[in-house]
Amino acid sequence: MKYKDYYSILGVERTADDAEIKKAYRKLARKYHPDVSKEADGEAKFKEIAEAYHALKDAEKRAAYDQLGKHSPGQEFRPPPGWQQEFGGAPFAADDVDLADLFATLRGGRHRPGHDSGTLSMPGQDYEVTVHITLEQAFHGTKVDLDLTMPEYDANGILHRAPHAFKARIPKGATDGQRLRLPGKGGKGFNGGRDGDLYINVVLHPHTLYRVSGHDLYLDLPLTPWEAVLGTTVQVPTPNGPVRLKVPPGTQGGQQLRLSKRGLPRPNTGEGDLFALVQIVLPTVTNEQERTLFQQLADGSTFNPRGHFEQEAIHEN
Amino acid sequence: MRIELTEIVWLLEHHALSLTQLAELSGLSEAEIDELADYGAILPIKPDANQRLFAAPYIAAAKTARRLRDDFDLNMHGVALALTLLDRVRDLETQLGDLRARSPRRVF
Repeated sequence: MKYKDYYSILGVERTADDAEIKKAYRKLARKYHPDVSKEADGEAKFKEIAEAYHALKDAEKRAAYDQLGKHSPGQEFRPPPGWQQEFGGAPFAADDVDLADLFATLRGGRHRPGHDSGTLSMPGQDYEVTVHITLEQAFHGTKVDLDLTMPEYDANGILHRAPHAFKARIPKGATDGQRLRLPGKGGKGFNGGRDGDLYINVVLHPHTLYRVSGHDLYLDLPLTPWEAVLGTTVQVPTPNGPVRLKVPPGTQGGQQLRLSKRGLPRPNTGEGDLFALVQIVLPTVTNEQERTLFQQLADGSTFNPRGHFEQEAIHEN
Repeated sequence: MRIELTEIVWLLEHHALSLTQLAELSGLSEAEIDELADYGAILPIKPDANQRLFAAPYIAAAKTARRLRDDFDLNMHGVALALTLLDRVRDLETQLGDLRARSPRRVF
């Protein structure tokens, strides 16, 4: 079992009193709690902070922790002989159990299977995992591998960390932020308590072409000035293959052309839309012929895109 | 050997949960969920119905509430306030995401 220095995790001295420990925990929790923090590694940090606090805020657990002695963080160690009997923890396999699992079984801990918990049943722990999938995987549905380790009791009542290798189906229709529940696939319940659930949070990788909003997709559609003025038909990509899109004459930059039901599938039935955002792209004039054509247009056109400036000036006077 | 998981439950708006189910899945008590509903932090599908039902996505909010209760020692009034603020943050982030999606990315 690897040693963790709960005092240094909370940034307090080993002599800190309860008030100092609580204050340090609250300060760190506000910074790293996954529900309020935007820190990149907030969730992992908070887990460590909460583990340290739950061990040190309880006098009996703190005494048990102090009895483990002082080691370097990450150093392999074993509790001293008689430690478990003294503090009433569940039997455990020291090689593949985590310090947090061990402390959860001590007096004052919530999970005390097999140790004067009598008939008290406890539900298993819920687990949440975030899976990153591509837009194409969201479009077609996919399967993802999930590797979790969960604390469990074996047939002899010995606490272990057990690996669980799952293959979970992400059904067609999931989009960014979608949550899925896998009932009973979390931690095992104790004394007849129900098994916990496994929750999957779906996150879509950014796509090089499409931007996602719910089940709708947005795609930049570059057009030449003459395509926008005269109208045209262009081929545009969609997740289900290219389609022909009619661009009406007089299309303006920034206009959205909707391709109905060409977005991501919705759960169960229906699809989002794909919107092509028109961008009018000016050519770099490279030869005399093109320059002449633009000059002819300039000479012959009465179009004034700044006419409203003049109207405004008349109103002001 | 990977175990293939086939039973997957969507958490969608039109899937309803009873008060008892929401309590069991979130780790809050029924009284705590009732209190959050009374504060308006979690909205029942039909507020005046005898048996309160909740849309399935509220599992996430109720689980967040349970974490806030446990990790910050908050009472339900504090939890309700935090949930309301977190909802506003989430709404703004969604609006920002929509605006970014609708804004042209490429600069020619």
